[in-house]
Amino acid sequence: MMRPKATYVRPGTLTEAVDLLQDLDDRCKLLAGGTDVATELRSGAIRGRCLVDLSALPELKGIHEAEEELVIGSGVTLSEIASSAGVARGAPALAKAAAVFGSRQIRNMATIGGNICRASPAGDTLPALYVQDAELELTSSSKTRRVSIRDFIQGPGRIALKAGEILKCIRLKKAADFTMHRFDKIGNRKALAVSIVNLAGLVALSPDGIIQRIRLAWGSVAPTVVRSSRVEAFLTGKPLRMETLDQAYPLVQDAISPIDDARASAAYRRRVAVGLLFRLTTQQESSDSIMDIA
Amino acid sequence: MDRNMGPNARIPVVFTINGKEVSLEVGADETALHVIRDRLLLKGTKEGCGIGECGACTIVVDGKAVNACLMLAAQLQGRNIMTVEGLIEKHELSVLQKAFLEDHAVQCGFCTPGMLMSSCALLKDKPRPDKGDIVDAISGNLCRCTGYQQVVGAIQDAARRLSREKA
Repeated sequence: MMRPKATYVRPGTLTEAVDLLQDLDDRCKLLAGGTDVATELRSGAIRGRCLVDLSALPELKGIHEAEEELVIGSGVTLSEIASSAGVARGAPALAKAAAVFGSRQIRNMATIGGNICRASPAGDTLPALYVQDAELELTSSSKTRRVSIRDFIQGPGRIALKAGEILKCIRLKKAADFTMHRFDKIGNRKALAVSIVNLAGLVALSPDGIIQRIRLAWGSVAPTVVRSSRVEAFLTGKPLRMETLDQAYPLVQDAISPIDDARASAAYRRRVAVGLLFRLTTQQESSDSIMDIA
Repeated sequence: MDRNMGPNARIPVVFTINGKEVSLEVGADETALHVIRDRLLLKGTKEGCGIGECGACTIVVDGKAVNACLMLAAQLQGRNIMTVEGLIEKHELSVLQKAFLEDHAVQCGFCTPGMLMSSCALLKDKPRPDKGDIVDAISGNLCRCTGYQQVVGAIQDAARRLSREKA
């Protein structure tokens, strides 16, 4: 039997793209930067599919900063996010996550929309989007809807994108009322490392060091990013000190469900998940490798 | 997009590579790396891992370093590409290449074209990089002879020479 040949199409506008998706079956594969799809083509994970390249759509580009909101096009690259003054103001944790994403070469190609839709448990932009309750705008030829990132990502590689829909942009309420914006990541090395565990954290501290508000999101410790209202509620109103964070240990352990894989054991991930929390007591974030902390 | 054009297995692309315009048809699942090495026969760009982890295939696209193995050939359309072959200036090695040679930044040489392209993009963007900028710019390029110190030194050296030339 002849293997079906892969096909490719690059629409020039969003309208063309959604019209095209209406006509294609749901086996088509959307791509933007293409960094992930290229590896899937190489491994044979995707074969004979119709590749729909969204990289030429002007509607998916650009970062728009309003008074209280930041709107990031799904086709914006990680390099653009890492160097955007608007993102540095409105979503510093996301800017930090983008800066340690993959390598320079990958950041120049890969898009935030691609990282979201890939829905990897270890995706580096995801925890930073969870702590700011990002809303995703999805467009099809018939309607536009908004979904929270927590509802959009359903499991590893599983997203709530319906056939015919395109992720157009990401909307974030600016996190201006937090004093700390953190993204910490542990990988096998600093560059080009898939996170073993990562943690995005927003903390509003009172002048005397009391946690007034806190939002925490762990990556790579469960099928999807973990935010725990129990951990956040427990820490609220308490001083940001090692003893307090240590008391949250059992709650953190309850919230996460890491697995053993090629990169690390579940037991190691459990310890690192709390270790990254402890780092909130230090001034500087870090993207460390195992080698550095051994 | 041409209104009549739906998905195709063969895609016409026109792009500039090392200053020359190229026009050809590529496959939907072909990579830019394949086109560069096996169709344009520019063998300077290396294939290491093929999955974006080693940087041996780094090329400069519209001024930015990217992995040619992760770029679809169809995405070459309309882009301005530079490979290591494009560094040569008037039949002479560029300042950056000379610095790599003189500072012993080359051992087996397999990672060198990628290192050169990453550092070429850096120096265009930031003519006077500090050491941190350099380390960051080449952190996606693996060298298995572990000659990173010399590579960083060569890039610093090239930056100094280039800024003197301009002065």
